[in-house]
Amino acid sequence: MKKIKYSEITPEKIYNNRRSFIKSIGIGASSVAMTSLTFAGNALSEEKNKNTSYKDITTYNNYYEFGTSKSDPYINSQNFKTKPWSISIEGEIENPINISMEEISEMFVSEERIYRLRCVEGWSMVIPWMGFSLSKLLSKVTLTSKAKYVEFESVYDPDQMKGQRYPVLNWPYKEGLRIDEALHPLTTVVTGLYNKKLPNQNGAPLRIFVPWKYGFKSAKAIVKIKLVEKMPTSSWMWASPREYGFYSNVNPNVDHPRWSQATERVIGNDIFAPRVKTLMFNGYEEEVASLYTGMNLKRYF
Amino acid sequence: MEKYLKPSVFILSSIPFLIIVYKIFFNQLGPEPVKEITHFTGEWTLIFICLTLAMRPLKRFTNLIIWMKFRRMLGLFVFFYSTAHLITYVGIDYRFDWQQIFNDVFKKKYVFIGFSAWLLLIPLTVTSSQKMMKLLKHNWKKIHKLIYVIAIFGSLHYIWLSKTIFFKPLIYMTIIALLLLIRVKKNNFNFLKN
Repeated sequence: MKKIKYSEITPEKIYNNRRSFIKSIGIGASSVAMTSLTFAGNALSEEKNKNTSYKDITTYNNYYEFGTSKSDPYINSQNFKTKPWSISIEGEIENPINISMEEISEMFVSEERIYRLRCVEGWSMVIPWMGFSLSKLLSKVTLTSKAKYVEFESVYDPDQMKGQRYPVLNWPYKEGLRIDEALHPLTTVVTGLYNKKLPNQNGAPLRIFVPWKYGFKSAKAIVKIKLVEKMPTSSWMWASPREYGFYSNVNPNVDHPRWSQATERVIGNDIFAPRVKTLMFNGYEEEVASLYTGMNLKRYF
Repeated sequence: MEKYLKPSVFILSSIPFLIIVYKIFFNQLGPEPVKEITHFTGEWTLIFICLTLAMRPLKRFTNLIIWMKFRRMLGLFVFFYSTAHLITYVGIDYRFDWQQIFNDVFKKKYVFIGFSAWLLLIPLTVTSSQKMMKLLKHNWKKIHKLIYVIAIFGSLHYIWLSKTIFFKPLIYMTIIALLLLIRVKKNNFNFLKN
């Protein structure tokens, strides 16, 4: 038997880094911009890179349609019907379409995309989503010259979503992106999680995920994507325009008016784990900073 | 029978503390353990503020003097849970990162008002004994009216740190507002009688 020297065995840390490198190559194949993700990731501490457990991702949610407590969405969403489901793409386009979930899963290949999620409340996760770039979906329609922004609308169904029976937010939930943000390869249409079907409490059957913005920018259970000329007003902007801006990019230097955004708690860590520093654009600075060149990010928060 | 009441209230009031200690040692705190301890001790502070404020109205409605005997102990539990809350924030969450803590205290209104409420609890705690009561005479009552300010601060602290007032911050605000309004009404009554 050939003896393997101890020095030849790959240390677990390096092995894991290689694994994540291989994974991101897979992601990167779909877009050149994304290969640089790996390098941004390697600079972070090991703790921050570890995938959050499936249990934590699926039982600790902010999804006010199903209740305002973190444990509510898991409890209240189990019987939510996601079939049949279709999404209409309309507004400033030449060919409005209505596309069913079946058509979407036939047309687009979902790949694993491991992204950090930073909640505006000051906690973060690392989530292995399944999905594809929103730009691919939008390539199915022809934008007019007036298509400057994208508005996402989530489903309105107070019979099934008990949170919508109360005026917690301006229902249905609305979010928006500038068109260049929406077409950025990191902006993802999410169809799954941990190689499984997307759970209801995480926004099934289809949600958006924008990794460099606070979590609330990523609308769940979307039914409508509308191309518009003017900057849309999101539900959180309606609730408190002074606190929630249209951009809501993760930025450790711009505090929420009521609390600091400099640090975050990593979900799943024990009580001895320290807070970690929040990164500019949630660690995706290299990929997205160019979208905001010359912009005053304190003013356009 | 009556002599067992006070120890019973003490034991009942200690249960939340025992629960959180159990959860810490047996890893039952969930995905965000530090926040869980912070919220748990914070919420129990608010509950004990409400309980403390409820004793006088209860005495009035039930015509039983016994309620007043629990008031001091409940008030001391307010100080106990709020101190646990503060220690969690300073020691466990921010690990004595004084720069960040001072920044929060002076720049973030929810931290400022929460810390102010804790500071205001100190004179109440120090003067809570029978001895102090006798020593301070009528001033004692004046000092202990601070609990009304503390209750309002506590409620605002919860509202300001939450993303939305729905539903728990709203519930505590309503309870505290009612407990304070009962008193205003009563005073107006006295005023009319005079």
